[in-house]
Amino acid sequence: MKTITKTGILAAAAVVLSASLALPALARDLTVVSWGGNYQDAQRTIYFKPFSEKIGKPVLDEAWDGGIGVIQSKVKAGAPNWDAVQVEAEELALGCADGLYEKIDWDKMGGKDKFLDSAVNDCGVGAIVWSTAIAYDGDKLKEGPTSWADFWNVEKFPGKRALRKGPKYTLEFALLADGVSKDELYDVLGTEEGVERAFKKLDELKPNIVWWESGAQPLQFLASGEVAMTSAYNGRITGINRSEGKNFKVVFPGSIYAVDSWVVLKGAENKDVAQDFIAFASQPQNQAKLPQYVAYGLPVKEAAAEVPAEFAKDLPTDPANMTDSIALDVDFWIDNAESLTQRFNAWLAQ
Amino acid sequence: MRKASSRTGRSLLLLAPLLVFLIAFFVWPLFSMMSQAVSDPAVLRLLPRTAEVLADWDRKSPPTTPMQTALMEDLKAVNDDQALGDMVRRLNSARSGFRTLMGKTTSALADTGNPPADLVSIDKRWANPEYWLAIADALSPLTDRNLLAAVDLGRNSAGNIEHLPADQSVNRVILVRTFWIAALVTFACACIGFPYAIIAASLEGWKRDLMLAAVLLPLWTSLLVRTAAWFILLQEQGLINDFLRWIGLIDAPLALIFNRTGVIIAMTHVLLPFMVLPIYSVLITIPKNLMPAAASLGAPPWRAFLRVLLPLSLRGVASGGLLVFISAIGYYITPALIGGPGDQMISSIIAFYALGSANWGMAGALGVVLLVATLLLYSVYARLSSDDPGRR
Repeated sequence: MKTITKTGILAAAAVVLSASLALPALARDLTVVSWGGNYQDAQRTIYFKPFSEKIGKPVLDEAWDGGIGVIQSKVKAGAPNWDAVQVEAEELALGCADGLYEKIDWDKMGGKDKFLDSAVNDCGVGAIVWSTAIAYDGDKLKEGPTSWADFWNVEKFPGKRALRKGPKYTLEFALLADGVSKDELYDVLGTEEGVERAFKKLDELKPNIVWWESGAQPLQFLASGEVAMTSAYNGRITGINRSEGKNFKVVFPGSIYAVDSWVVLKGAENKDVAQDFIAFASQPQNQAKLPQYVAYGLPVKEAAAEVPAEFAKDLPTDPANMTDSIALDVDFWIDNAESLTQRFNAWLAQ
Repeated sequence: MRKASSRTGRSLLLLAPLLVFLIAFFVWPLFSMMSQAVSDPAVLRLLPRTAEVLADWDRKSPPTTPMQTALMEDLKAVNDDQALGDMVRRLNSARSGFRTLMGKTTSALADTGNPPADLVSIDKRWANPEYWLAIADALSPLTDRNLLAAVDLGRNSAGNIEHLPADQSVNRVILVRTFWIAALVTFACACIGFPYAIIAASLEGWKRDLMLAAVLLPLWTSLLVRTAAWFILLQEQGLINDFLRWIGLIDAPLALIFNRTGVIIAMTHVLLPFMVLPIYSVLITIPKNLMPAAASLGAPPWRAFLRVLLPLSLRGVASGGLLVFISAIGYYITPALIGGPGDQMISSIIAFYALGSANWGMAGALGVVLLVATLLLYSVYARLSSDDPGRR
């Protein structure tokens, strides 16, 4: 009797185990991944919730901090748990070359002509044009910095500085502070002497630098008075000014802008709905709502034209802000990111 | 006899779920991570023809026509984008520039209406032997490149091992720093945790519960939340500096954040439960009448502590110390948020290779170095803590 019970239990356990392995996983809802913070709050209001109402199903959203390794490991493991992801320009280029993304159905998006040229890619649809720029608290600094040379000038503007930890942007800003003109910037950085020169310029400021990694940190540093000025993503600065009544300023001359894109991960369960979502987020009447929450430029031409003037003046794509800003050189960074990061880490540890 | 073996079989069956679990979620991932560090098949798999031709190359002269033809044929035969991506990543890691070069080359080769004569006509960088050298060096299925790079070594063009230039050497400094910070945190935890556990073990009833709850409650709070809380406390206009200024102890704010002090404070707090609990669990098993007995034999309190309580509780201190130390060397979030550039630990470098650049080989190699160093320390600990060192 006893043996029978035991055998029975074992058999039952085996059945349960094999059944749980054989059962198909429950269908996952569309999962959209973006950059978090007040930017994602805005996206939730104008894209995620309305799209969820339209399809009558929940839309899940998650935040990430970037990194091609994250995407690669999800796709290589098979059945990625993300569908639509907003990526930076390098992740778009790297992932597209490596076959990590689905091809975009441009008919669904309404044709390539609807978008800025830089927002069109086989694997991605431009979502925003955004800038990394100097930001400071207008209430604490009546006369603020106007260039990266001012950012480096700790006598005229005492206090700490914050920069994004990593060589990207940092090396460019150092060269700009050292007097390199914006047209020569990447030519200089492409040479060994140029890299040398950038690190030398960084040496000057090193004792005064606090490093940040996620986009919400520089806002916190400015708000707490920990730093006098910082590099920051322009949209978040305008966002916090509107939501918390701050008087943070963005310095557009010398800022570097880039395009972020929506991609669909290869083999994702909801890849078709994900493309529908991207089309929804690219409809002019939906996209035009973004600048009232965060000041990022719009890649859909018709949407950009609809933005009221009071919001348009804060966008990186505004002609006045565009004059002295620089486009990020994506090709330079996909070639050199690894070797320069290694070098940057060595410099940091010295 | 039969009975005994059937019993062994049954107990193995009972153990099976645990063994399967351990193999699937611990041994296998660990093994695959370590094999990532030394296996290097990405290039050889896609470029078999090139590998044959490159075997006769003198590693100096400009590329010959057969070399270029072989590489073109190999690249044309590739039909797996992800494998191509792995190869390009591997090559770009050895020689910056392969990314754009390969992108340009594969799209030129795909243009069948206008076939290129040779590679140099697609991009003149192909005339540079350095790019070919990177390919030639990537053609062996096993490599020590990552393991060497993890300790700041590399091979020169003649194949001899040498130090990497100073502006690329960072891992050794950071490894030493990682172990140093972990040791400091362990020491701080022992200094606070030991007396705390003694007091908690000597109390009864609600007082003891309260002291244990004070240790356990933070343990149930997210690590990120506790780190963020320390950020608020330690910053220049944070609670601690404000309070010290208010009572007039200091004039200028103390630098408590973005430096080593802040990292040690925050990590000690986060890891303290792992020190207190093992010590406490050892202390409550020590009979309460031992200390009075020592006193009755004439030992003053400090002597009774040194000769009776300390030796008996040392096992708890050692296992607590080991727990704290091993947890501490893997720390990532706390140094990133509270520390300065001089306080980053090895995990942040591993995270960059794994997540930022998908260079799993380097991430694996750094993991192996960390694992080996930890095992060495552990064996030292095991030797020191064993009752009879002579027997081992």
